[in-house]
Order: sequence, then C-alpha cells, then structure tokens
Amino acid sequence: MPDKLLQLSNIGKRFGANRVLDSVSFDLFAGEVHVLAGENGAGKTTLIRILAGIYPEHEGTLELGGRIIRFRNPIEASRHGISVIHQELSLVDSMSVADNICLGREAARAGGLWLDRRAQLERVGALCARLDLRFSLEDLDRRAEQFPLSVKNRIEIAKALAGDARVIVMDEPTSALNHAEVERLFALIENLKGRGCGIIYITHKMEEIYRVADRITVLRDGRRVGTAAAAECPPPTLIRWMIGRDLAEQFAPPAGMPAAGPRAPRFVASHFTVPRPGPGRPPAVEDLSIAVGAGEIVGFAGLQGAGCSELFNGLFGAYGAVCGGRVEIDGEPVLPESPGASIRRGLAFLTGDRKGTGLVLGMSVERNVSLASLARMSPWGVLAPGLERSLAEHYVGALGIRLDSVGQETGALSGGNQQKVALAKWLATRPRVLLLEEPTRGVDVGAKHEIYRLLRSLAAEGLAILLISTELPELLGLCDRIVALHRGRVTGVFDRSAATPERVLAAAMGADSPEGN
Amino acid sequence: MRTLRRWIERPEGRALFALLFILAIGCVFNAHDAFFRWGTHRDMLRQVSVYGILACGMTLVIVTGGIDLSVGSVLGLCAVVFAQLSLHRGQPAVLAVPAVLAVGAAAGLASGAAVARFRIQPFIATLAMMVFARGLAKWLSGGEKVSRALQQPDGSFAYLDLPGAFERLDAKVWGGNVAVVTLVFLGCVALSWVVLTRLRYGRYLYATGGNEEAARLSGVPVRRAKLLAYGLSGVFSAVAGICQAAQEQQGDPEAGVSYELTAIAIAVIGGNSLAGGRGGVGLTLLGAMTIGYLEKILSINAVAESSRLMLTGAIILAAVLLQRRRVA
Repeated sequence: MPDKLLQLSNIGKRFGANRVLDSVSFDLFAGEVHVLAGENGAGKTTLIRILAGIYPEHEGTLELGGRIIRFRNPIEASRHGISVIHQELSLVDSMSVADNICLGREAARAGGLWLDRRAQLERVGALCARLDLRFSLEDLDRRAEQFPLSVKNRIEIAKALAGDARVIVMDEPTSALNHAEVERLFALIENLKGRGCGIIYITHKMEEIYRVADRITVLRDGRRVGTAAAAECPPPTLIRWMIGRDLAEQFAPPAGMPAAGPRAPRFVASHFTVPRPGPGRPPAVEDLSIAVGAGEIVGFAGLQGAGCSELFNGLFGAYGAVCGGRVEIDGEPVLPESPGASIRRGLAFLTGDRKGTGLVLGMSVERNVSLASLARMSPWGVLAPGLERSLAEHYVGALGIRLDSVGQETGALSGGNQQKVALAKWLATRPRVLLLEEPTRGVDVGAKHEIYRLLRSLAAEGLAILLISTELPELLGLCDRIVALHRGRVTGVFDRSAATPERVLAAAMGADSPEGN
Repeated sequence: MRTLRRWIERPEGRALFALLFILAIGCVFNAHDAFFRWGTHRDMLRQVSVYGILACGMTLVIVTGGIDLSVGSVLGLCAVVFAQLSLHRGQPAVLAVPAVLAVGAAAGLASGAAVARFRIQPFIATLAMMVFARGLAKWLSGGEKVSRALQQPDGSFAYLDLPGAFERLDAKVWGGNVAVVTLVFLGCVALSWVVLTRLRYGRYLYATGGNEEAARLSGVPVRRAKLLAYGLSGVFSAVAGICQAAQEQQGDPEAGVSYELTAIAIAVIGGNSLAGGRGGVGLTLLGAMTIGYLEKILSINAVAESSRLMLTGAIILAAVLLQRRRVA
C-alpha cells in the first residue's frame, strides 16, 4: 500500500448564504493521479483553493502526511509541499524564465540581500534536467514573454515544482496545449508519479480523464457524488454522476412552446473558422457551419476551452476581420470586421463578462442603454437627451429593471438588474440576430426566469438567437437545437426532442469525437 | 442639512465646497483689505486663465483615461510660431491664429495617434511630444525669444510695432473689469462643456475612459475618440500659447515649462479622476479658481514661495484623498 499523502475530511465552505462545498472528503496517495471531475460550479475550484491555503476559513480537516494541519495562507501551503499549477498563468512576463521559476525562493547570500544569479541558474538548470523540461541555459535567461503559451505552461510547471512539492494540483493544464505538448505533459506526469508525487488533476476532457486517471472523484453542487478507480468508472457512469439522475425531470421543455417548424434561415455561418493569436496555435473554432432561423434559439454547449466564446467574438467582429468562412444575415453576405459594422447589420452580442466587457459600470443606466445606439440618439452628432431618456425608460419598463432612476449609476444595481441593462443596450440596437454569452451568469433565480421569458418572447418576435451557456438545464430548457463544441469543433447537434443531458455532455467532453479514443 | 449633505456627495458639491473654503480663508487673511477689491479677483482670473485653458484640454484627455504631458511644450511652440507669424512676418491675425491652432492640433493628433493607433501609454507618448515640441520651439526660434526687438545686420536693434492682436488679447474689457484672456478661458470651458455633454463624441470619450473594451464592443469608435481628445488638447494648448505670447508680447521658446503639471493639478483639485470615465469641465473650472485663489491669497499675504509650494502640494494630496472617500 503506497503512502497516503493527503486526506481531506468533511470539507465545507460557504460564501455568505451560499454553500459551495458540503462535507467533501478526498484523499491522495503517493504516485497516483486522482482526477477531480464535475460541471462548472460543482465546487472543484473552491476545494483546490482551500487546499492551496487561499481560503483559510473552512469546515472540516486537512491531513498532510498523517498530521492535521490548517493553512493560513498560500505560502504555508507551498512550504508544506502543496503546489498548484493554475489555469490562468501566473508568470511575470517581464522577468526571465529562471527568475520566474525561483520567484519567492531566490538563491540569496548576505542575509538575503544579494541575489546569487549563478547559483540560481544552476539550480533551475538541474531542476529542468530532472523534470526533462528541455530548457537550455540561454532559454532560462530569456524573458518569459518571448515564449509561446505552451512553453509558458512548462515554465509554470517548473515553477510549481521548484520547491519539493509532493502534492501537485493541475487545473485544466492542457487547455492551451496542442497534441504534441499534451503528450509531453503526460510524460512529465509519469515522471512525477515515479518520483512519488501525488497529482490532483482537473479536466473537462473525457479522453484525458481515461488517459491519466488512476482514480476519479466527481463533485456535484458542492457534494461528493462518488470516488472510484478509473477502470470501474466508465464514461456513462461518470456522466451520470456529474449530472445527477434527479435533474432529468427539470429539463422538461416548458409547456406552450411551439414546435420548431421549417423557417427561413435568418443567420447562416458556413465553414467559419476563428484563428487564435500567435503562430502555430490551432484555431479556436474550426470549420463551423450553422443556420439559425427567425424565431429559433440555438444553444452552444461546450466546456472550458471549447471555443464557444471565441466563436461569438469572431462572428461579431470583435477580433477584426481575421476569421475565415462565410456569414449571412437574411441571405445577405456579411464579413465580420468590427463591432460597429456588425451592430449596423443587426447583430448584437451580450458578452459573458458584464463587468469587464459588457457595461460601463461608472456610467448611468440611461447612458449604458443608449451606448450601442448613439448614432440614432444623436442626429448630426448632437445628443438628444429626451430621446435617450425615453429609450432608457422604455426598456427599463419592458424588462422590469428595478432602479430609482435611469440616471442612477449602473454599478449600484444588483447583478440581475445589471444584466438586464446590458440586454437592454443590445435590444435598443433593434437587432435581427442576438448572440448571448451566459445571459444569466451571476443572476438570481427570479431574474433568471424573467430573462428566460424575455428571450422566448424575443424569439417569437422573429429574432434569431444564439446562446452560450455552461448550465445544461438552461440550454435544454430554452433551445430548439443544441450544438456541442469540443476543442473548436462541432461534436454533436441535437434537436430539442433528442437532447438529453447525458448526450450533450458526452459530446461536449469529446466522447463521441473521432480523436477521443 | 440633508440637501447640503447630498451636495457634498456630488463631486461638483465638493469642488464648490473647496472653493468656498479657500474664499473664506481669503476673507480672514485679508491683508490691506485687498481681498475685497474687485481688482484682486480680476487679476486672479487673468493669471489663472492660461493654465485653465490648458486644463480644459487636459480634462478631455483625462476623461478618456489618459494624460497629456505635452501641453506646456506645445504652448511654448505655439507661442513661438504665433510671434514669428504675426510679429516678424506681419501676418494678420485671421491667418496667424488658424495657422497656430493647426500646429497645436497637429501636435495633439500626433500624440493621439501614438496612443490610439500604436497603443503607446499616454504618459510615454505625450512625454515624447513634450520633449519634441520643446525642441521644435527652440529650433524655430533659434533658441532666442521672438520679440519686438529685431537685431539688424549692423548689430543694432530695431523695434517692431506690436500687432493689434497682441494688444487686444492682453486688454481688459467692460470698464477694465475683465481681462480678455479670461473670456477666452471661459470660451474654452464652454466649448469643452458642449463637447463633453452635448455631442455624441463627448459620450464616446466617457465610455472609452469608463470601460474601453465594453465601449469598443458597443460599436464606439474608441480610437477616433482618443484622437479627438488629444487633438483638442493640442488646439487648447495653441490657444493658451497665443494668449501667453500676447501677455508677454513675445514668443518665448521656454514658455510653458511645467505648466502641464499645473493643468493636471487643476483638473485633479476640481475632482476629476485620473482613472477616467468621469468628471467634467465644470469641475475643472472650479479647480482652476481654487488654485488661482490659493495662489492669490498666499501672495497678497506675502507668504514665501517655499511655503506656498508646500501648501499647494498638500492641498493637491488632500483633494485626491477626498475623491477616494467618495468612491469607497
């Protein structure tokens, strides 16, 4: 029996009234890869953050090498040999590779004042040789920003292993890697296993799970559903665990929805390809073809890194005129080149990140609502405050936005009301096609249902709606058709009648894709 | 009381409060009753006008989330060009003024292009323009002040007539009660106010400063908005340069050194946030008067320059601290 490195018992965590983890237990042995699986929001990230000392306040106990321990901060966790390789790279771009790897553990003399560069380089060189990371000494002295994402990923790994980590957490480590790089990562994992490290591996990709996992634990809604050896947990079981049987009833289509009849295609994309910036990267979306009729809602299901967001950004022209393929609105060919041009052609794009890309939170509600239709609000370039106000008030009424006055600062509203303001901004442009990315993210249940009702009535008015959601119930409840994306390619198209959570999730995880073996 | 508190919560209320506070101090420390004479106020307004004109352009740039360090140098450049055109070459004001405005606009658009098109940080882009414009001013003037005294080939000096434009700009009107440069300053405030609050492009400036990516995805021409802000800042610098040349009766290539810092201080004391997306030129007007009165009160009470600078520094810091409390 190998050593037990880590034992988490009855871990719980709540944020305010919101319980995100409930009595979760998890263990890790030396020399094994333990995959942590679950849908978005299942509690994986929270669990990892507790392990990494980012959330010192939690319920339950953490045992490391047989001793109960509680980390007060990430530095303590890292001193105890726990190392997390983050999804978002945490490198300082302007520093050299070696400096990045040693960040926080610099080789120093004279009481820590004098940086010993030579000793540092030697130490890093030895580390890289041990891990077979293939960095030359010159490479180690170059700045991190000079390397592509895949190499940065290796730097990140080296950084994580610079201390003598025994527990290594990899959170979606392959999301930015190509096939050969993924293979190299797997070889590294074998190397680490052989050295007695335990690896907690988080991924959304089915083929990866069965490639690396020794054991699998599935979380759902903050609870542990089960733990099993990989061989005893075939894909159907895994997916059933992730979704939960009892949820199936909730997906029943709402009553009174008209059956999807044949409709004139309003929005057509053919062989659409969205490149990724930087040379040698596989495209974010490849050869996607879709036709959406007037009044139809088409959903896109994809897990992290599937390319859904890139698809919408590309269709909207947010990346400029870099995408390949053809796009037509009402039979008229359009070339996505810029957001302004897309808006004029009747496209609207509700982004998934309200704060970052959706709203100008410091501006009033009124000004946010009119922002994308200012040309209409300002004949001859002169603003017409009356027009603007009545526009804002119309949409505040129509969408039921709760506020004191339309002059109120948008940032002061609740998440749900902010989301409605963002939606109002796009409806005010009088679009023909709506691209919606996570339209109910961070929105409470009541507001969610209002948004659902609104989307249905918009579709009934003849809009073509394309929708990205990471919440399967949302997709299954709202959409006439669901397109599953995996690594930028369509891996399944399901009509409402044929869409089941199991089938959609399996396709989104690439289980049916030709490359998944 | 409640109304008062609501006023104080607004940035305009705060800026007004600061100004009233300074005025109250002026009434208390009122050496030789100078503070109760209109002439004192007229002179304060005259002295702060050139800075205020620069601060108008600065406000437009700050609203987009940028900063323009080149305004002082562009002022110097434009003062030199204006003096050369109208003093030495005898061009009429109808030609000289538009030409100088074009020079200022070109300088501003160049900074704007560097910021908007080539994504250079505003601080760096306008720092480069600050150095370049100063060099250009010195090159055009040969490093000498462009003044009425014109050296002849035999070494003697001939004195040129002062063009009418100089005298008219440096004059006082309405019974000698208001300086013309003050009216020019107020005109610049009005123009900036129209741009920021009444024009579509003004809204683009706020949206760009508030959340550039959200603005871009909403179809806002972010680049053109930035170009406009820096271009107008250049035009205002040219206006300030013309006023400065008229007041000094010459075009000094060294004119306007460190004026950009005063212009920034005016905008900040008024309550404009350097983070962008908020503020307005009304705040800048109040800020200009606050700084102007502060200087004036310190000078009529014969406070030494050393203490004056220290006090001004402390007040700038206090103004920024006050702003932050509003956000929190």
